[in-house]
Amino acid sequence: METTQNMKRPILDVEGLDVKFYLRDGTLNAVRDISFALFPGESLGVVGESGCGKSVTFLSVMRLIPVPPGKIQAATLRFDGTDILKLSEKEMQRIRGNRISMVFQDPMTSLNPVLTIGKQMREVIKLHMKLKDTALEDRCIELLSKVGISEPQMRLRSYPHQLSGGLRQRVMIAIALSCNPTILLADEPTTALDVTIQDQILRLIKSLARDLGAATVLITHNFGAVAGTTDRIMVMYAGKIVETATTPELFKNPLHPYTKGLLKSIPRVDKETQEKLFSIAGAPPDLMRELVKGCAFIARCPIRDDSCYHHLPPFSEKKQGHYVSCWKVF
Amino acid sequence: MQTGNHKLLQVKDLKVYFPINLSVLGKGKKLFIKAVDGVSFDLETGETLGLVGESGCGKSTTARGVLQLYRPTSGQVFFQGKDLCLEKGDALRRMRQSMQMIFQDPYASLDPRMTVKEIIGEPMKVHRVPEKKKERLERVLELMQLVGLNPTDVHRYPHEFSGGQRQRIGVARSLAVRPEFIVCDEPVSALDVSIQAQVINLLEELREKFNLTYLFISHDLSVVKHISHRVAVMYLGIMVELAEKNELFSKPLHPYTQALLSSIPVPDPVFETRRTSIALEGEIPSPIFPPPGCRFHPRCRRKENICSESIPAWKEVAPGHFTACHLV
Repeated sequence: METTQNMKRPILDVEGLDVKFYLRDGTLNAVRDISFALFPGESLGVVGESGCGKSVTFLSVMRLIPVPPGKIQAATLRFDGTDILKLSEKEMQRIRGNRISMVFQDPMTSLNPVLTIGKQMREVIKLHMKLKDTALEDRCIELLSKVGISEPQMRLRSYPHQLSGGLRQRVMIAIALSCNPTILLADEPTTALDVTIQDQILRLIKSLARDLGAATVLITHNFGAVAGTTDRIMVMYAGKIVETATTPELFKNPLHPYTKGLLKSIPRVDKETQEKLFSIAGAPPDLMRELVKGCAFIARCPIRDDSCYHHLPPFSEKKQGHYVSCWKVF
Repeated sequence: MQTGNHKLLQVKDLKVYFPINLSVLGKGKKLFIKAVDGVSFDLETGETLGLVGESGCGKSTTARGVLQLYRPTSGQVFFQGKDLCLEKGDALRRMRQSMQMIFQDPYASLDPRMTVKEIIGEPMKVHRVPEKKKERLERVLELMQLVGLNPTDVHRYPHEFSGGQRQRIGVARSLAVRPEFIVCDEPVSALDVSIQAQVINLLEELREKFNLTYLFISHDLSVVKHISHRVAVMYLGIMVELAEKNELFSKPLHPYTQALLSSIPVPDPVFETRRTSIALEGEIPSPIFPPPGCRFHPRCRRKENICSESIPAWKEVAPGHFTACHLV
């Protein structure tokens, strides 16, 4: 799988992406010079704590960062061969919601409370596809039944507040999939939902994306959510990618001390409970302040030494397909 | 439990209803949201009871009913031998000294215009223990040290702290008047993964050190399994199962508990590919008109005729393992 993927041309090619926010109190360097690729049909998990830059990275890809105060810079930021940063806002709108679509965390705030579900769905489909009246209606009904909503005709006339959180998120997924996207970005799609619904939504995203052949990016802070639903995982910390590997490899053989620490600090239901949880000391650095020259994880790292203070560790391949940014991993 | 059989808290058939008015003209019957509809449990000194369930199932309302932050509609809450539901005014306030609460959101639960000194000192001021201002400040500094905050930050404001540190302030505040019983309402849900473990460890250390008793509410079953001695599962205002944690997680009896446990994602891809989750059909019914008989029956995959006809009794099916299901 790795080899075929390497031969394929990435659908999203990012090199040297750097995102800054110029704020009154100073400059926030939210994403710091990161490079990665997303391959067609692949499912990528992006894991990190709040403020690590995981959402900003993909909002930048969608050009949804307000500029100013934001500033997006990249050596390469290509979607399907097109340089995203060079597109006009109008051209970008043709990609957004159509070829790259997004599901957000909170389905209550991302749906318009004063419009019916049907109106909001038709709005998106009309914008990108030339469908009219009955064909449009049929498409909406088809989409709603695809995401597992019963009585779709009736639901089209409902307002968001009449649906439960789980149903609203299903509607969001239906809207996101309405134009058969090439990439589906899901930013914490289940964080606001109950555990029984969480599982159903994750499975739904996985199976629908597979049917469509769409690449998915699942942005989350929950290692459990990505374990069963992704092919590859990217771990981010303080605006940097610290580790990337296939999902089985990352869980079996985590290399970066941050990934290792995180995995150890999660209480597990499938194992006997330990006396004490492992915990990473300290807190993530404040990206508003000037960072140290070396590794960003340094203040919390159990295996640091002098070399870590002076130079930024390179992001290098330690094993096939397993990249780590750490001086102390060989 | 490990600490002898002294019952610190006994809750008997607790009900908390909220009146609502649906009719415009004031006609019709008065309706109630039956947020908690007959919950019974007890807590031993030094024990942690985990309370789990989905949002809206009544776990927070149960805790607030116990603390008398919502006055229960009926039922009894015995704390140190006294029924809290019958206490009021000064007497109740005095008893509150022994019962404190840690809240979910460390951003919303700390007054942004108060310094750490004022926040942690407030319960002491209210209860006038210790009486002297200087002693109270000493106690604040001592508490800061205890929860892992730097005492030199005593004059800072909440916004100057990170989420994890703010939750430590909340913990210090709850400990200020030396309580015996603390309700932890989703204390780590708003925190990042790497910070969660720190706060969980802190809560456990404090429990051991001061022989505290926790009612620990969370929707994160992995956290609950780690920190609790016993776990209770709630659904639509009632308790459906209660057992020692390893017993509950290895031998869940109620179909709802089984479905809930089967949907926990585990950070292990091998496990995840094998995990088959029991999908629950439909939505949680309205707590205004709960279904007749067993409240879970409309969504239960094992339901039989009896389930919609009569309410299943809360019974002890194995030592210390309680459930309410006709089919068990």
